[in-house]
Amino acid sequence: MLKKSLFRKPKNELEYQGEGKVQRPSVPDDLYVSCPECKQTLLKAEVEEHCFICPKCNYHFKLQARRRIRLLVDNNSFQELNAGLQPVNWLEFPGYEEKLTAAQQKSGEPEGVICGAAQIGGYPVALFVMDPAFILGSMGTVVGEKITRLFEYATQQRLPVIGYTVSGGARMQEGILSLMQMAKTSGAVKLHSDAGLLYVTVLTNPTTGGVTASFAMEGDIILAEPRAVVAFAGPRVIEQTIRQKLPNGFQRAEFLLEKGFVDAIVSRNSQREYLTTVLRLHQKGGAGRD
Amino acid sequence: MTESQATAEKEESYSRVQAARAKGRPTSQNFIEQITEDFLELHGDRCYADDGAIIGGIARIYDLPVTVIGIEKGRGLQESIRRNFGAAHPEGYRKALRLMKQAEKFHRPVLCLVDTSGAYCGIGAEERGQGQAIAENIMEMMTLKTPIISLLIGEGGSGGALALAVADQVWMLENAIYSVISPEGCASILWKDAKKMQEAARYLKLTARDLLALGVVEQVIAEGSPKDFSSVYNTVKAMLYQQFTQALKKPTEVLLAERYQRFRRIGSFRETD
Repeated sequence: MLKKSLFRKPKNELEYQGEGKVQRPSVPDDLYVSCPECKQTLLKAEVEEHCFICPKCNYHFKLQARRRIRLLVDNNSFQELNAGLQPVNWLEFPGYEEKLTAAQQKSGEPEGVICGAAQIGGYPVALFVMDPAFILGSMGTVVGEKITRLFEYATQQRLPVIGYTVSGGARMQEGILSLMQMAKTSGAVKLHSDAGLLYVTVLTNPTTGGVTASFAMEGDIILAEPRAVVAFAGPRVIEQTIRQKLPNGFQRAEFLLEKGFVDAIVSRNSQREYLTTVLRLHQKGGAGRD
Repeated sequence: MTESQATAEKEESYSRVQAARAKGRPTSQNFIEQITEDFLELHGDRCYADDGAIIGGIARIYDLPVTVIGIEKGRGLQESIRRNFGAAHPEGYRKALRLMKQAEKFHRPVLCLVDTSGAYCGIGAEERGQGQAIAENIMEMMTLKTPIISLLIGEGGSGGALALAVADQVWMLENAIYSVISPEGCASILWKDAKKMQEAARYLKLTARDLLALGVVEQVIAEGSPKDFSSVYNTVKAMLYQQFTQALKKPTEVLLAERYQRFRRIGSFRETD
């Protein structure tokens, strides 16, 4: 028996509303995302399943540090270190406290880098991951101190360091002290290196300024995500300086590979496997086979 | 701070910026001529080119052989163009590192003279790895097994200056400045108005006195009249000789541990559990 309701006229606003008045279906904003590169509308769930890579064009979406750690390390292996370091506005720079509060709300983190011990493919590592949601990963004294402490910890524990960089550079609001973090972190990297320990950096979009000119470029092995901008001076600064448009692809990861400044470009969904292989190849061997 | 204090501070900071950039201010070449003898300039990075923005070589301070590396803005327009106004390319930083490694081999102290608005921002500089070149200098200088002193004589522009300022001691002339960003750059980011650079200069704490108070530099050298630097040269020469001869007596491990700690302690943060 047919129900009457089947023949009712549509009332729902998503359905037909008369001549020439088809409305776009309204869906909750957080179900879909638009790819900044190819402009396709994508199901958010699908993007998440693909390690936050656009399934259509391989664009690597900005990825918050905690999510990245979850994607990268062995389940439940991450133990955070030095989470209690908090920035202070020592210069009394105008608007800095508000900027910090906004960044903390946006990222849900107290500062721009998360550090800790973890396992990748069963191998223990010290790990730092910078957060693009925190003033675009800018490096102030907390970022410098946390990374320095991580390298000191790794040297002491004889652990390799895996570091993910994303940064607009040194943080202006902490003035010269931000600049000094470049020297401080590089010193800690050098002592770790001199102890014969492995450091792998993964450069993500964008890595620029004082971070490029310090620990980002100091890895034994330097990897980059596809199409990531990696620069000392960002493209806009250069265009302003030389007053001409930059060629397409300039300062992208592929360009750096061609010029000899990165070892390999590795997509996000194969980084775990790649790093596991790197770690395996750095285990002591040659003990003889039975 | 009262308003008049703030205004006075702002004016003082910015007048230092102007003095540091003033035309006719002595450059690295003047210092090399006035405080060293037998200077032999050595050219090239052995990879790509010889960067005119950086002068390097070996010389004597009294009877002490030293390696001298200076960022050179040039004297006069023609020379300044040739020297890219003291904005170095990666090959300049690589030349500097090559000469530092040479100094390490012969256990000669290294004097770095810093005067730059910053490392050059351009296509060639990026193509040849400006960031990587600076990073390598910073990292290698931290454990270079010979004494290093960096003297900021004019502008100390961000990473381009730091690439020659990882040292056992960093000294500044009274009117030199040292900053993470130029006051103009800071003002244009912060207030979208480069003309507020005076305000920015005050907040950045970029003067020699400010940086001495912060422990970022060890010595500030008084300047006196801008027309007569002879007393500056004499003071610097005597100080360098004394500091280098002392540092040469230190065991290398001690020297390097102190250098690491010098930078290790710099930072300002709160710590909670």
